[in-house]
Amino acid sequence: MPRNWHLSSAVGLGAVKVTRGAPIGEALAGLMLTVPAGLAYLVMLLLPTVATILLAFTDYELGLPDWNWIGLGNFTEMFEDRGFGVALRNTIIYVGFVTPISILLGLGIALLIESGIRGRATFRAIFFLPVVSLTVAMAAAWQYLLHPTIGPLNGLLRTIGVSSPPYWLSSSDWVLLSLSAIGIWENIGYNMVLFLAGLTAIPRELYHAAEVDGSKTWLDRFRLVTWPLLGPTTLFVLTITMIRSIRVFDTVAVLTQGGPNKASEVLLHTMYKEGFTFLRLGYSAAITLVFLVMVLGLVWLQTKALDKRVHYG
Amino acid sequence: MTGISIDCISRNFGSVKALDNVSLSIAPGEFVALVGPSGCGKTTLMRIVAGIEIADSGNITIGSRNVTRLRSAERNVAMVFQNYALYPHLTVRENIAVPLAMRRLSTWQRLPLVGGIIPGSSGKRASIETDVIQAAESLGLGTLLDRRPGQLSGGQRQRVALARAIVRHPAAFLMDEPLSNLDAALRVQTRREIVDIHRRVGAATLYVTHDQSEALTMADRVAVMQAGKILQVASPEAIYHDPQDLRVATFIGSPRINTLSAQADSAGRVHVSDAPTGLHAEPGSLILAVRPEDLRLSPNGIPCVVEGIEFLGESLLLHLRQSSSGEPLVMRLPPELSRPAPGDDIFLAFDPKRALLFHTDGRRMPSRGHIGHAQELALV
Repeated sequence: MPRNWHLSSAVGLGAVKVTRGAPIGEALAGLMLTVPAGLAYLVMLLLPTVATILLAFTDYELGLPDWNWIGLGNFTEMFEDRGFGVALRNTIIYVGFVTPISILLGLGIALLIESGIRGRATFRAIFFLPVVSLTVAMAAAWQYLLHPTIGPLNGLLRTIGVSSPPYWLSSSDWVLLSLSAIGIWENIGYNMVLFLAGLTAIPRELYHAAEVDGSKTWLDRFRLVTWPLLGPTTLFVLTITMIRSIRVFDTVAVLTQGGPNKASEVLLHTMYKEGFTFLRLGYSAAITLVFLVMVLGLVWLQTKALDKRVHYG
Repeated sequence: MTGISIDCISRNFGSVKALDNVSLSIAPGEFVALVGPSGCGKTTLMRIVAGIEIADSGNITIGSRNVTRLRSAERNVAMVFQNYALYPHLTVRENIAVPLAMRRLSTWQRLPLVGGIIPGSSGKRASIETDVIQAAESLGLGTLLDRRPGQLSGGQRQRVALARAIVRHPAAFLMDEPLSNLDAALRVQTRREIVDIHRRVGAATLYVTHDQSEALTMADRVAVMQAGKILQVASPEAIYHDPQDLRVATFIGSPRINTLSAQADSAGRVHVSDAPTGLHAEPGSLILAVRPEDLRLSPNGIPCVVEGIEFLGESLLLHLRQSSSGEPLVMRLPPELSRPAPGDDIFLAFDPKRALLFHTDGRRMPSRGHIGHAQELALV
């Protein structure tokens, strides 16, 4: 049937033309659909970042009529400034406390909740509460708890025989530790929820296989199944906790303002003070840049160094 | 010496009786397939044998040891799981070595780094390595030892799971639908391989499947399970030709066995739609079952209407409806015969020796009397 064959081939050609035309229209539609998100990204993220980077090389102060390019001036000042050094050191110590302890406790609590039979939802909610509560509001509660004279913690310490308990938030020896404890409390719930999600994703069959294969103790099964299969979750939790704790700001701003004697001064608080109290936006931008480099460095290190070891393709 | 002995196992989930007083015994070196529809309790039974699940009552004996109260690590059973359950972070070599490491090395010797310097561990590690390589080679995994499960095909993962199971010479071998994740061609091939492995290893094997063709082709004996009960345990031939329960008869065989309502008159002669069948039974209603391949076209007999025809290559399937009762029937014909067309009226006959009689409650009736009644074989 040659006529029919021609007809169908003509229809086929028409169809080809239509589909050839389609990708351009499709691409255009796709482009237009991404415009709002692209615009938001540009205005909210990209432009401010570029502005910050540019500002970091100026001596711009809010309200002053003129400003100059000063090259690396801000950075040399920063690294000669004792205050900045202290803030950097304190931030690293804070991250060093909060990250491992809140991860281990979050994992421990997640394992306990997962293995429990009753009250899972209740315990989950209790441990997650700090994450949803407002830090600034909870800081008042912490201030009371840790108060040197009327605080319940020191009251407890005195009853068990500690004659002169520490002054916590107002002692330069203890303040960073106290803030770390609050940071741990804030992060545990978040980490716990992430670990709980990771634990539910482990196939039950693997535990059964481990059991049939001869693993007798909880530790055997943890080492053979739980820990390796939590790898991707742990990497994510590690990254997110480090970034969350390197950003410590609100507890410091509310409870100590960096004191006493800069003993709790941290990066973001220094940046905030320089930028919004002393209005030195150029210098503040330089601190922000250092902060940004640190965060990006962490993320890069973790994805490059660890990602391949926790995803078993 | 027993292989696996399952005695009066019961297990309830709430008010549901998942297993109702189930008993089954598997001789050393025997291959028993446990077959049944999904949700019949077969996997629960296997998990109880493995020690992953606890029975409410009953006993499990493996290799003359009562293991009912032992945890699965102490039962010396190997299990192949439906999704293989390989450890994704370990290489093939390490996966196969797990059961040996768990048994031969102490907790301290198993530690990374530290484990290597503990006295006695290097000798044990060498012996594990030898056994792992031997098991891997026997399944053709020699070149894949350093890959991870994620880099293997489904069939290769299946072999790793098998290697992990045979490497420790278990007293009993449990397989939970090990072929269900493979494609059809690979399934047939792996079927043979599993039978070969079983022959080499020689351990009592319990093989759970919902696929009757796997059960019939692989097993020494087949146990048909339904609704938490084992209905019949017998050789594949006996299960197919001599089912003791209507549910066994209808579950095994594809297409399904034909069931016809029949009547035995006061003289005991069995009729289907008023046509005599040449069979004898106690007077009353009963069910006559006959396999599709045992039906024949005949000039007279049970009147039927052809509803559809399926060409299967080696044979034809005729979908029929019995004219008087409306019961559906399937018959298998050699393809070279002149085939009836849909809508044709035809008559069916069968060899009474091939027909099975059941009570209306599904119990098998002894078919007797078809010998010596040659005059009634007119239909054949």
